[in-house]
Amino acid sequence: MRDVAIIGLGITKFGELWDKSFRQLTAEAGSKAIFDAGIGGKEIDAMYIGSMSSGRFIGQEHVGALVADASGFSHLHIPSTRVEGACASGGLAVREGYLSIASGMNDIVVVGGIEKMSDVGANAATEILMTASDQEWEAFFGATFPGIYAMIATKHMHDYGTTKEQLAQVAVKNHANGALNPNAQYQREIKLEQVLNTTTVAYPLGLLDCSPITDGAASIVLCAANKAKEYTDKPVKIIASGQASDTLSLHGRREICTLDSTVNAAKKAYKQANLSPKDIDLAEVHDCYTIAEICAIEDLGFVEKGQGGKAIENKITTLDGILPINTSGGLKAKGHPIGATGVAQIVEIALQLREEADKRQVNDAKIGLAQNVGGSGATCTVHIMEAI
Amino acid sequence: MEEGGVARFWREIPQRYNIIGNKCGSCNKVYFPPREACPFCRRKSIGKMQELKLSGKGEIVTYTIIHDAPENFKEQVPYPIAIIKLREGPQITAQIVDCDINDVKIGMKVKSTFRRIQEDGYTGAIHYGYKFKPIE
Repeated sequence: MRDVAIIGLGITKFGELWDKSFRQLTAEAGSKAIFDAGIGGKEIDAMYIGSMSSGRFIGQEHVGALVADASGFSHLHIPSTRVEGACASGGLAVREGYLSIASGMNDIVVVGGIEKMSDVGANAATEILMTASDQEWEAFFGATFPGIYAMIATKHMHDYGTTKEQLAQVAVKNHANGALNPNAQYQREIKLEQVLNTTTVAYPLGLLDCSPITDGAASIVLCAANKAKEYTDKPVKIIASGQASDTLSLHGRREICTLDSTVNAAKKAYKQANLSPKDIDLAEVHDCYTIAEICAIEDLGFVEKGQGGKAIENKITTLDGILPINTSGGLKAKGHPIGATGVAQIVEIALQLREEADKRQVNDAKIGLAQNVGGSGATCTVHIMEAI
Repeated sequence: MEEGGVARFWREIPQRYNIIGNKCGSCNKVYFPPREACPFCRRKSIGKMQELKLSGKGEIVTYTIIHDAPENFKEQVPYPIAIIKLREGPQITAQIVDCDINDVKIGMKVKSTFRRIQEDGYTGAIHYGYKFKPIE
């Protein structure tokens, strides 16, 4: 298997971008990444595009070809494949690109992630998000997507004494980071009381425990590592790629508060990189809800099961903490354009490892990890990256 | 949920109306909804999966109170949704009814009851299935 490096990064502003279409967003992120890599269209061997539900959000499927077309590559006939795994669609697209280069089949691959969510109303968006869970055995009975994560939160609070204040501190921290990210949807700090006093969406989760509805796209250019220096002085190597699945429904799991897909994807990634959790300098994790970040830092092995809430409270994961988590602002503040999220996480880690993260730069960041979750944990990807 | 094929709903009637799951004839593990094969015994279980009507009695493992619901459930908010561990082993997701929503707790003993779940708008089909209520 060949080593793979990231040689180009591109991301759009995240937010409710009423004046930008799916095509415009995808072309913007893609061209930024391609310019950053200094490559031309003829050098691209393949494209992989993560999008969860373009069919429901904008009434358009077949977006693999659409993205290649919108990027101006139709006449080059570059093979372009759309990849779907709900909220992990972006992470899966990164992994497909990685595998296609590692296998020796391709040398240069463009990976994109996109979701244009604001063309439907809030009610429709809620229903579309629920398609990431089990339609027949969860949604049919009135469970909502935040409701599923709320059930994880209730159990975590019951079993480990995690508090609503600790959940709220995840949002406070991620908004503080988002305030330093010019591409974030919410570039403002929020106070603990604000999080605790918002309307309840699904007890114990309030509005500010939830990631927002977001439009946005992100893109990376991958290259066989031995050729990366031909294109950039600062390649970032993907030293591990792990993926795992679990039951679609939360009730089918071995354990409510543990995402076994994360545990297994991480186990594979740590083994491939020959690293342990303590070797990781910073991470982007899938904080679609505040409880999800607490579970993530436990399931990735950064803290023991049940200690996630205390770790947040003790400021271990802030920008100047021992292990900065979600320096981009995370899904909570940066925004969560579903299919784009997994790719945007990789962009953030690569920016940090290239020391180009500006006001939110983490000192001496050498090894970073990105964890992307689909649904309530039926799919997970974990990627580990290192500056070379 | 979008309006659509009625078959999608009547296909699940035995399970949703009577909580009928199945049991692996090889290891005796019980599944709900029924599975085509036992994930653990795999080929040994093929042809040995036996239909099993479940007691509908169990205990709340975790829960939430839904305040923001999709269109078909809006008239019911706020309502509790729980994961219930049935006596026979399987866990299922369902609404908790016939009690004050503030009384819903982890560990609460509950039993199934046959109710209207949702309707496809004003003129659409009405869908029925199980909800759970406290055992006095």
